[in-house]
Amino acid sequence: MYCERLLKAIVFPCLLFFSLTAFSQEKTITGKVTDSKDGSPMAGVSVTAKGSSVGTQTKADGTFRISVSPSTTVLVFSFVGHDSEEVSINGRSSIDVQLAATNATLGEVVVTGYGTARKKDLTGSITLITSKDFQKGPQTSPLQLIQGKAPGVQISTGNGMPGAGIYIRIRQGASLNASNDPLIVVDGVPLETGGISGVANPLTLLNPNDIESMNILKDASATAIFGNRASNGVIIITTKKGNSGRLKVSYNNNVTLSTVTDVADVLNADEYRALVMAQGTTAQKALLSLGHTKWQDQIYRDAITVDNNISFTGGIKKFPYRLSLGYMNQDGILKTDNLQRGTMTINLNPKLMKNHLSIDINMKNSVTRSRFANQGAIGAAVFFDPTKPVYDPSKPQYGGYWEWELNGLPNTLASKNPVSILEQTRNVGTAYRSIGNIQFEYKFHFLPDLRANLNLGYDVSRGSGTSRTPKTNASAFYNQGSMSRYLQKRWNYLSDFYLNYQKNIASIKSRVDATVGYGWQDWTNYSPGFPTINGTGVIPAGPPFKSQHTLLSMFGRVNYGFDDRYLLTGSVRRDGSSRFSTDNRWGWFPAAAFAWRISRESFMRDSKTFSDLKLRLGWGKTGQQDVGSDYPYLARYSQSDSSGMYQFGSNYYLLLRPEGYDENLKWETTETYNAGLDVGILNGRVSFSVDVYFKRTKDLLAVISVPAGSNLTNQILTNVGNIENKGLEFSINATPVRSKNFTWEFSYNFTYNESEITNLSKIKDPNAIGNLVGGISGGVGNTIQIHTVGFAPRTFYVYKQVYDQNEKPIEGLYVDLNKDGASNEKDKYRYKDPQPKYFMGLSSQFEYKKWTMSFSARASFDNYMYNNFNSNSGTYQNFGFPNYLGNVSRDVLVTGFTVPRLWSDYYIENASYVRMDNINLGYNVGRICKNATLRVSANVQNVFVITKYSGLDPEIPGGIDNNFYPRPRTYSLGFNLDF
Amino acid sequence: MKNKFIKAFSLVMLVVFFTSCTKTLDRKPPYDVTSATVYDKFSNYKQILAKLYAGLAVSGQQGPSGRPDIFGLDEGFSSYLRQYWQLQELASDEAVIGWNDGTIKDLHNMTWTPANEFIRMMYDRIFYQVALCNEFLRETTDDKLSERKITGGDLVEAKKYHNEARFLRALSYYHAIDMFGNVPFVLETDPIGSFFPTQITRANLFTWLETELKAIEPLLTAARQNEYGRADQAAVWMVLAKLYLNAAVYTGTARHSDCVTYCNKIMAAGYTLASQYQYNFLADNNTSPELIFAVNFDGLRTKSWGAMTYLIHAPVGGNMNPALYGINGGWSGLRATKALVNVFPTATGTPDSRGMFHTSGQNLEIVDLSTFTDGYPVTKYKNVTSSGVKGSDPDGNFPDTDFPLFRLADVYLMYAECVMATSADKTTAVTYINALRQRAYGNVSGNITATDLTFDFLLKERARELNWEAHRRQDLIRFEKYPGFSNYYTGSTYVWPWKGGVAGGVGVGTFRTLFPLPSTDIAANPNLVQNNGY
Repeated sequence: MYCERLLKAIVFPCLLFFSLTAFSQEKTITGKVTDSKDGSPMAGVSVTAKGSSVGTQTKADGTFRISVSPSTTVLVFSFVGHDSEEVSINGRSSIDVQLAATNATLGEVVVTGYGTARKKDLTGSITLITSKDFQKGPQTSPLQLIQGKAPGVQISTGNGMPGAGIYIRIRQGASLNASNDPLIVVDGVPLETGGISGVANPLTLLNPNDIESMNILKDASATAIFGNRASNGVIIITTKKGNSGRLKVSYNNNVTLSTVTDVADVLNADEYRALVMAQGTTAQKALLSLGHTKWQDQIYRDAITVDNNISFTGGIKKFPYRLSLGYMNQDGILKTDNLQRGTMTINLNPKLMKNHLSIDINMKNSVTRSRFANQGAIGAAVFFDPTKPVYDPSKPQYGGYWEWELNGLPNTLASKNPVSILEQTRNVGTAYRSIGNIQFEYKFHFLPDLRANLNLGYDVSRGSGTSRTPKTNASAFYNQGSMSRYLQKRWNYLSDFYLNYQKNIASIKSRVDATVGYGWQDWTNYSPGFPTINGTGVIPAGPPFKSQHTLLSMFGRVNYGFDDRYLLTGSVRRDGSSRFSTDNRWGWFPAAAFAWRISRESFMRDSKTFSDLKLRLGWGKTGQQDVGSDYPYLARYSQSDSSGMYQFGSNYYLLLRPEGYDENLKWETTETYNAGLDVGILNGRVSFSVDVYFKRTKDLLAVISVPAGSNLTNQILTNVGNIENKGLEFSINATPVRSKNFTWEFSYNFTYNESEITNLSKIKDPNAIGNLVGGISGGVGNTIQIHTVGFAPRTFYVYKQVYDQNEKPIEGLYVDLNKDGASNEKDKYRYKDPQPKYFMGLSSQFEYKKWTMSFSARASFDNYMYNNFNSNSGTYQNFGFPNYLGNVSRDVLVTGFTVPRLWSDYYIENASYVRMDNINLGYNVGRICKNATLRVSANVQNVFVITKYSGLDPEIPGGIDNNFYPRPRTYSLGFNLDF
Repeated sequence: MKNKFIKAFSLVMLVVFFTSCTKTLDRKPPYDVTSATVYDKFSNYKQILAKLYAGLAVSGQQGPSGRPDIFGLDEGFSSYLRQYWQLQELASDEAVIGWNDGTIKDLHNMTWTPANEFIRMMYDRIFYQVALCNEFLRETTDDKLSERKITGGDLVEAKKYHNEARFLRALSYYHAIDMFGNVPFVLETDPIGSFFPTQITRANLFTWLETELKAIEPLLTAARQNEYGRADQAAVWMVLAKLYLNAAVYTGTARHSDCVTYCNKIMAAGYTLASQYQYNFLADNNTSPELIFAVNFDGLRTKSWGAMTYLIHAPVGGNMNPALYGINGGWSGLRATKALVNVFPTATGTPDSRGMFHTSGQNLEIVDLSTFTDGYPVTKYKNVTSSGVKGSDPDGNFPDTDFPLFRLADVYLMYAECVMATSADKTTAVTYINALRQRAYGNVSGNITATDLTFDFLLKERARELNWEAHRRQDLIRFEKYPGFSNYYTGSTYVWPWKGGVAGGVGVGTFRTLFPLPSTDIAANPNLVQNNGY
């Protein structure tokens, strides 16, 4: 049924393409553009015929001359730093215009998903960040560009590894076990959500230098058009496009030095020797050596990154294009870590058929080659006995590295030499990714208000790699070295089609913008099995893996504006996902929003103070279908690999296992209410927004224990429970000073967030403690966090430590919280959680003549961290083992604990912090020769952190600090040459 | 030119839309088979049966780890046999563990709570095994088999598989009745998915087990006639004998004479003692004529971090040389308490060769549970063959050694115990016991007479013969029913190092003869009532 309708919708415009041709006389319009402030003529203002690429620029005296087709009714005047003006021609041949300096961003066009909207017409909670406001300096991953820039959006790099994964949460996670990552849409292509083998973070495959703007859709009234992928917000990334001017080449180069700021605090060799001599057994004392090795200094280094980008922008006749090439080579501060990236981005934006057909072609190709350092070295370096030397030339069997031995063979329990772990592991991965689409926008000849839009896109990637461990690596001693390979291919295709109708009906002061469309997207993920080749033999390949899922959608949206005062938006999407059974496959995702532009009311229209005042109210329902597996509802059998066989007689049989499943599984549904106020003061020099929201997720996907015996597993992902998030967001942008030589801009945003689990089981049980989560180091299978009804997700679940009069924790003594006289599990309590209650971002920029200086900083408050490094290695028991030794955290000198007290709340620390992310200084040299301008800049990232947290870094997603790969401080110099 | 371009694109548009419409949302896994089709092919049946047996051995579909069967704890810890061993041995006078993993020390300290994750893993494994068997039973009924056109020899085989699945389910329910008592009860007639199994009482479960095992007894392959690794009638007799032996604990009514009936059946089936005691615990123990039912492992093809890998690595540490055990390194965890060491005349293996301990560098007394050198490790399990050859895994991680779940020596001791309990003639019993002791001593010097045969002697002899074979907790609890052994397991009359969490040992609550139902299942299933005391 849908198909039929769709085909009609496609065929009809196609026919029109062939039948209609229109030729007619062009008309010429002249005029002059002046600055509204002082009436001075403005040169270089772009003048275009609306809805086409026909355009010109004003001359030095502000005059222009443009020839347009008779169908053109509106001219658009735009100039950097000024509000664009749209002027109706109304039969005139001479038009004079005054442009006002931009104070507000109201005129900006915002990509909203299946269409665009003027910022002043927005009804939802949307934050637009353009390249001007991005984090300065070299960034490896696109999401780092907007770190700290938007209220309600938390972005952290996973750790200090080159191209590390990025942790991003928009208005807290809506889920416990399903994905909490937002949907990311690049130029109309929703990206793959999973990882790609061979690269640490698939988003690294997008070059941040190509990004023009990022648009964060936060509330459901804005995101619901993305249906069952929208619960965690949507980030719409738009890349830089070509323009119709002459060729412009822009080259930039950055050289960066990364340095280690701090390492884990362990005992030095002398302190360690003293400790073992004082407390060790005779055997342990005998294991000591005389050396002084700072193992952490041995594994880290100062590292250089070089980043080069060149872009060509221009237009050949009506064929605007942009081509950009990038190459980056980044060394990690952990020795042997390296990431190289080559990118090529092509944009073509031709307009055909007298501007009735716009074609937008985007293609982003990239390749990364990573050498992944073995991060096991980080923990090993912290722990390794500091009295041992790095090298031992008498041990060629270990490659000349010193190693712990037992009976002349490597001790399997002891940790291995950290430097050997790094140098004698070679794990190299290569990933290719191409994201592309072609988008046709056809404006109907007979009805220019109606446009058809077809978007065909793909996102394909291939990641592969090899991991080699030579036999001289002590951990490969017993298998005499090993080599394994991996390969993963993912392909994702999409096609969207929609019709959009826009009409200003002046007679009833109304503006209508309606969209109806259809979407299809399909994902496949494949990886074959490879044998592992050991020096002692071959472990045969496991079974290959392949998985596919599909999403079909219908959607519609209506925006109605009355008199530019009242704006109404209604949207609905119907999504069908192959991940669920026929009964649960389809769902409706409606949204509605209302905005009142109070500043347009008669009583405010003349206000000198308020240039904009808008109240927004929104409601919507969204879903989350990313449940991790593609066939969770289906009863199926999987086969074992060749090391998981069973012997009958003298034969071995592969195993066929029925998988646990939940036939009735469906997506989560999140309902969001949002209210916001946008205020512009002093003609937009100061603008601020306040949003409050309430989000409730039902049919929460959580992994829970199944009633024993009722399913083919013991835990299953199923729809159970509810979670509620609420918060307040505030942001302000201001230009306190703007004069001829000096400009000062700043922006600040503040977020308050709260989450609570309100239901977590199918049956009510007052005695249920909740779901234990948050695995920690120290023993196997130990956890430190808990999901409990009535508390925030991942609340720490610990014992309340008792302290003596000197505030020293008394080992093993906890408060008997349940007062049953016994000290046991039942005394654990729920204490704090890793999510910040408040966080904020501050950016500022100063321009003085040709100099610019900017900084951006972030702060996070009331986020708590479990110091797993201290809890696990800050004990005397940890310095000595029967046949080897290990270093301990200096914290042992504070606590004096003999054995690990993993669940003491002593280790839960307030990890609030203020971090200066970035300070940037730029100088615009200007014209250095004919047609060439130069800009140079210096940049420091991760400048400083102010925190009371005792560990390495207070910003660790998840709230468990254990062997953290430190984030480097970087110093970079860059220049940018335009000609 | 422009028109061609447009035509081409219009065509592409049409094609893409047409295909996108016809692609349905009915995606099927490309490599996995769906439950609807897997039973169409007879060759799959044996692989599914293999999974049912392997459920006792491995932790998932990828050896040694990677695609676990059950979740919630480190995969290596989730192995059926590993948890069964830990619950029967750590919660007894025979073994302690020095690790720091979660609440593992609570097992020996006897301070476990319903939140204990190791108890939960055992319970979840049992019911995972039950669910797997039920699934196979559901799909291999006579009707289903004829529906799927399984005929002739295939049909005969399929029915055997079906009955072996019934045995494996009964085996797991036997473990459930022993450790948890009153448990959820699920059969193949129950659906898969969202329902709450009802709870069965320990006594009713006993009745069901007795009926079920008797029903399948004639349907299984005759004793010693099935493929190695698969259950036969003797395996059924063994579980029945165990049920009757412990009937007083499970139901309150002793059934010793029924136990004797089934012991006799086993002893008449042609099993013989291995020539040397240790041959039952080595990498080639699959050749031992004494094994009635074993859980199989292989260094290359049946890899797991649980079970035998654990049992061989964990008691190696201190100054022990891992190479002697056919492995690449010890895990410094398991040791015996002096309660076990002291039932032997010496700790050196002479004169009783079953006393296999590593004493060099070790202290008999356990001052600190976490210190490996406190307590003697037991050295009976090894990954070397009877001729001294190291097992097949060149890396020395995964042993070939199988776990002797049931072996003939146990039957001898069970027989003797029933004779004692029923005051029958001890002569035959003494002969059986002396067969074990002659093997252990290498001569008749350790032989006993009828007067030596007391309950106290029997309990110690079981420790000497069957130590670290996952019998001890059950034995200690059962002996409470014999005169003079009241509250023997939980009370303060008999204590062992660290019983009750105290170095000298103290009594604990009598309710600890049963483990609690895990709090996770109490929360998940409203039909369940927790065992007394928890």
